Amino acid sequence: MTEEKTHHPEPSYLVDTGKYKGLMAWLTSTDHKRIGLMYMYAMMVFFAVGVILGMVMRIELFWPGQQFYGPQAYNGIFTIHGIIMIFTVVIPGLAAVFGNFSMPIMIGARDVAFPRLNLFSFYLYVIGAAIALASQFMGNGPPDTGWTFYAPYSIQTHTNVVAAVFGAFVLGFSSILTGLNFIVTMHRMRAPGMTFFKMPLFPWSLYATAWIQVLATPIVGITLLMIIAERWLRIGFFDPSLGGDPVLYQHLFWIYSHPAVYIMILPAMGVITEIIPTFSQKKIFGYKAIAISSLAIALVGYFVWAHHMYTSGMSTTARWVFSLLTFLVAVPSAIKVFNWVTTMYKGSISLKPPFLFALGFIFLFMIGGMTGLSLGALATNIHVHDTAYVVAHFHYIVFGGVGFAFFAAIFYWYPKMYGRMYNFKMANWSFVFLFTGFNLLYFPQFIIGMMGMPRRYFDYLPQFTLGHQLSFFGGLLLVIGFIIMLITLFSKKGAPAPDNPWGGRTFEWRIPSPPPVENFEVMPEMAENEQPYDYK
Amino acid sequence: MEHRDDIGSKLGMWIFIFTEILLFGGLFLVYAIMRSSYSTEFHQAAHHLNAFIGAINTVVLLVSSATVAMSISAVQKGNKKLAVILLLITLLCAAIFMVNKYFEWGHKIHIGLYPGSALMLTLSHGQVMFFSLYYFMTGLHMFHLVVGGIILTIAIIKVQNGSINKDRYVLLENGGLYWHLVDLIWIYLFPLLYLIT
Amino acid sequence: MHPETVHITPYRTLAWVLITLLGLTFITITATWIDLSALTVAVALLIATVKAYIVLTYFMHLKFESSLFRVFVFMVLFIYVLVIAFTLSDYLFR
Repeated sequence: MTEEKTHHPEPSYLVDTGKYKGLMAWLTSTDHKRIGLMYMYAMMVFFAVGVILGMVMRIELFWPGQQFYGPQAYNGIFTIHGIIMIFTVVIPGLAAVFGNFSMPIMIGARDVAFPRLNLFSFYLYVIGAAIALASQFMGNGPPDTGWTFYAPYSIQTHTNVVAAVFGAFVLGFSSILTGLNFIVTMHRMRAPGMTFFKMPLFPWSLYATAWIQVLATPIVGITLLMIIAERWLRIGFFDPSLGGDPVLYQHLFWIYSHPAVYIMILPAMGVITEIIPTFSQKKIFGYKAIAISSLAIALVGYFVWAHHMYTSGMSTTARWVFSLLTFLVAVPSAIKVFNWVTTMYKGSISLKPPFLFALGFIFLFMIGGMTGLSLGALATNIHVHDTAYVVAHFHYIVFGGVGFAFFAAIFYWYPKMYGRMYNFKMANWSFVFLFTGFNLLYFPQFIIGMMGMPRRYFDYLPQFTLGHQLSFFGGLLLVIGFIIMLITLFSKKGAPAPDNPWGGRTFEWRIPSPPPVENFEVMPEMAENEQPYDYK
Repeated sequence: MEHRDDIGSKLGMWIFIFTEILLFGGLFLVYAIMRSSYSTEFHQAAHHLNAFIGAINTVVLLVSSATVAMSISAVQKGNKKLAVILLLITLLCAAIFMVNKYFEWGHKIHIGLYPGSALMLTLSHGQVMFFSLYYFMTGLHMFHLVVGGIILTIAIIKVQNGSINKDRYVLLENGGLYWHLVDLIWIYLFPLLYLIT
Repeated sequence: MHPETVHITPYRTLAWVLITLLGLTFITITATWIDLSALTVAVALLIATVKAYIVLTYFMHLKFESSLFRVFVFMVLFIYVLVIAFTLSDYLFR
């Protein structure tokens, strides 16, 4: 394994060396790096669709009353916006893209444990997404249930729910297989000398994520199958007219879908944990606390699902139990924020684009997290349940959190992925637009939500007009930010990237940019006294 | 370069089994809640199930599980012929199970006991839930049995042509694990559906 | 690759395991003839759990795998039991 090839460097993974060339070489590749990039391209397409749908909603909401289309169309649009953004963008999100691209390199492996299974997961992802999108155009019109498919409406509506639900089921299966692959990879393929507590923290966060993917997704799988069986066979589990219980659906749905929030945010936290020490050139503060808090979030996060259901008629006991657990899960998240900030303290900070986005993440995630606590408290929840306040809260988490971490990750690993640098000035401008636009879009929603603007409403009272109009302009700024970012990344080739442009310490910065097919010419090892973040 | 890691493959299979356990776990959760709301109706409805057929199927599945486990020992000892015979017995058991189920379901559907039927609508809510659960749970279980059967058929072919052998049998082990999972679920389904009269 | 010590389960052990499982099946059926009222389900579940334990240990070979596998199985079952318990915290206290 350790032959030296100094004179004939291995070709990069971007060069086709197999029996196929061009597109086919990508579609049949089991290389984790290529699969990661394929996920990224697919996700960008879905994200663009989701953003367009979001703007279509904002245009309709610019004035009260009907402007361009009717309420039924609005219901369909927010449903598919949710399905696309949740199931095809943020849930696979960072784990599928950067987990695939970076994680095996960071732990010193040549690939994931089951490369062919990995490609299979990617195809399941594409098929599932295609089915979910197709639900818009087949049958009796787009589903109008919201992405949550709440029973009993989801078993009564005549719209095309079954296809959308089946798409989500297939996407879930893809997510399970990715999680399975990552767990085995991290257990079996770490570099010699790299014990679990010497593993970098992005893989650590993926490890916790993978366990949630494996243990929570099957529950939603069976729930979605039940919805299909309800519609086709009238089994009646969730149909009160047959003796079923709609609240049971909410339980089953959130048993998955709340942990799913942690599937989204944990890898995001992992990326931030890589970026902060690199750009502060300082050892991460509290390595073990961060590693263990990932597991703690995964474990406690599994048992907070019913905080989505305070107003559904649950027992009082259940309400306070879940409220208590919700407050508990904030503790490990706060530990992470504390450690990031402390790592920066007295570090030698260089304000490059990835770090800028990481800072944006911390700011937005704090707002999202804090408002989450006010939602987790029983009394305030009753007041703001199902209002725009909730919409603002979870967009701060999944877009301000996961989205900004995703952008940070792209800017961080882009030189490694393509072997090229990008224009920092342009990247900074994209940050300015994205950050301003984001806050202008979602912050007013907190306010009008507290004033009583319900979520998922097509129409509203005149006093909410200003808030919605501010949001619209925020949305425009965001779109400008995306366009600047795309131009920065993909318009013209930048200067060749050095192997280690940021002075990082983890394994991926010790190999060429872009990496060769097999990642390492010499398999890396970790010395006895070496730590993953040995900055001066 | 080929990368081979038997423990890794087995770990992967176990994790997959966890997902299957939780898949059924969701159903058992529904069962627990429905039963806590409708315990007397569940008792009445369970009278319609034939505990004798259920018991036979339990025995059949346990035997099939034992033969799979023995076939692994046989392969490890290099006894190819015995391994194939044991696996064929397993498939035979699976077939018996399916035939039994065919008659069981067939009879109920014949007398009109199936979700959405006219007879079903005359029953009490609790009984409807019981039969819905019965069909959904045993149906999903049967689907897994069929998948397990396919996996074991592939394993038989591979034992025959020697690609599963004394030094390399993790595929058979994983197939066996899947088969035991099918058995494991039945171990809970049988008392919860058939024996609560 | 590094050769691991292979454990081959003897046929005799597997046969005994099968006989035990069949015996437990018989017990669980006969137990339903005795009226234990509220305890019936508890007894049925207890016997099923003993059977499941035996299947996991011997047929599924957990006894001879590295302890990691046992830890995982335990963790998964533990989480699942907690899920049921928390869900019932709603249903039993309505």
